[in-house]
Amino acid sequence: MEIVLAIGIGVLFASGVWLLLRPRTFQVIIGLSLIAYAVNLFIFAMGRLRIGAPPVLEKGVPVDPSQYADPLPQALVLTAIVISFAMTALFLVVLLAARGLTGTDHVEGAEPDA
Amino acid sequence: MNLLEHFIILPIVAPLIGAALTLVTADKWRRHITLSTVLLVAATSLGLLWASSTASDAQFGEAHVYRLGDWPAPFAIVLVSDRLSALMLALTSTLAVAALTFSFARWDHAGPRFHALFLLLMMGLNGAFLTGDVFNLFVFFEVLLAASYGLLLHGTGVPRVKAGVHYIAINLAASSLFLIGVAMIYGVTGTLNMADIATAIPNVPAENRALLEAGCALLGVAFLVKAGMWPLGFWLPPAYSAASAPAAAMFAIMTKLGVYVVLRLSMLMFGPEAEASAGFGGPWLLIGGVATILFGAVGAFATTSMSRIAGFCVLMSSGTLLAVIGAGAERALPGALFYLIASTLAASAFFLLIELINRARGTTAPAETEAVFDDEYRDPYDDDAQEVRFLIPATIGLLSGAFLLSTLLLAAMPPLPTFIGKFAIIAGLMPETGNAPFSTWVLIGALTFSSLATLLALTRIGIEVFWASTLSPPQMRAPEGAAIGALLTVCLLLTVFGGPATRYLAATAAWLHSPGDYIQAVRSTEPSIAPIAERER
Repeated sequence: MEIVLAIGIGVLFASGVWLLLRPRTFQVIIGLSLIAYAVNLFIFAMGRLRIGAPPVLEKGVPVDPSQYADPLPQALVLTAIVISFAMTALFLVVLLAARGLTGTDHVEGAEPDA
Repeated sequence: MNLLEHFIILPIVAPLIGAALTLVTADKWRRHITLSTVLLVAATSLGLLWASSTASDAQFGEAHVYRLGDWPAPFAIVLVSDRLSALMLALTSTLAVAALTFSFARWDHAGPRFHALFLLLMMGLNGAFLTGDVFNLFVFFEVLLAASYGLLLHGTGVPRVKAGVHYIAINLAASSLFLIGVAMIYGVTGTLNMADIATAIPNVPAENRALLEAGCALLGVAFLVKAGMWPLGFWLPPAYSAASAPAAAMFAIMTKLGVYVVLRLSMLMFGPEAEASAGFGGPWLLIGGVATILFGAVGAFATTSMSRIAGFCVLMSSGTLLAVIGAGAERALPGALFYLIASTLAASAFFLLIELINRARGTTAPAETEAVFDDEYRDPYDDDAQEVRFLIPATIGLLSGAFLLSTLLLAAMPPLPTFIGKFAIIAGLMPETGNAPFSTWVLIGALTFSSLATLLALTRIGIEVFWASTLSPPQMRAPEGAAIGALLTVCLLLTVFGGPATRYLAATAAWLHSPGDYIQAVRSTEPSIAPIAERER
């Protein structure tokens, strides 16, 4: 399971970095989104991968921490998802404004001389 | 927990509430709400500064720890107000009061959400300076970055939007690195509390040490992007020179936030107690800092735009601080902190001044005919025409005087506080006995060269602007003059009260060099209410 997740994170991140370096603003924003997905999976994986282990303790039952998944990275991922989602939306607005003002979707705000 | 302790959270909560209020109230109330919030936060920050400078009472120790939700420290987020945080808070509030006052002349009504964004930026900065938890630090970073994206675009126009695209993209990428670093540190140490991480580091098994150091390095890269270290700082001069004057004046503290976090975490995590990881990253900071200074100097020579020179001065100042932190000379740290305060104030005043000088030259950007959100934006200059032109003839004289003073400040000439800071750095870098290593000489050379470069670049542009071109007296409104005057006065006061300031900073440096006390303060604060389990028993 680890190797599948590791390859998945790696492919997402590599694609994201490649897109981030492309000259069109839409490619940049998709690249940043892919990087954000890879990062979220990575945070999740840092809490160790467990199957069938609940993250929430039950009240009144004696607690054996080894039977539970680490809840903290899951909470962190939730926060990170919300933040990256909001930032992507904000960036999209700026990209639209840049497109409207400069008339091009090139990241430099002008078409390179052919 | 007594009522006074709750003041620690006020610099975060007050701007949040203020920002929310400015969104729902009528236009005429916004200024009042914003100004009173900023003044309230400034008063609180000065109070915290005073509390930490007189910290001898056994009740709190030197760090005032505030537990959010009253949970004990390693399990929940704490806010820590110690000497360094209180100092940075006070510096932020000083800049905020000046920038806000300046904006009252025209910039604050150029767009609809200026006040809310300004307050949110302040909330993010204060939170980042106060928090004792790395993930919480990330959240406050995002708050302040989101606000800064809006502030950078304030006033719209093609240059701002173009600079904004680059600025947002690089910061989003840096935030991803930040998260990866935090996750790796959590994966190795199992905690996010800064003090708890510091205690865990000496016990990290050897096979995990590489993972931990990789995580810290990624985290460091995220902060160094903010601090503008070469080669991560190319975004800074275009972004800062495109921003409107009050926004740029506030941005001057944002590079220092990167420096602050690097200083805080490296002192806490990689002190001598860290054993195998002690001094991690120091050589990189030293090399990167010196490269930043040189890059800033060359950039300042190469450009003919005043606001870009100001951007390169900001780079040089953060390069200086990073290099001194990297050099790890304990006795140079008070000087570095002194230089941090003085150079931030000077850069901020200079950004405000540039706006007035450009107005005198008639080179302010022309009004955008095609604003993106047409109905909401106004040209900040459009009411000049209707106004009765009452011009002070001495305005040009005042401007050139202020320009001269900021030039000397940025170039660190005696007897100004930046000089005192740099002199103390150099004095602290020299070993008490024997010869200094080669790297120290390189650093001292770079520090001296940066002063020379700043002086030459600013003198050149000063001659061009004040002697070789015709200036028409600009419309300087009272708030604008007051804001610049206040910032420069604070700089001069730093010289006059150099003694007490240096003593405070020496104590701050000593406090930073004994991370055990910080860890003790965070971990020993007991919840005021007994845990539920104990009460039920």
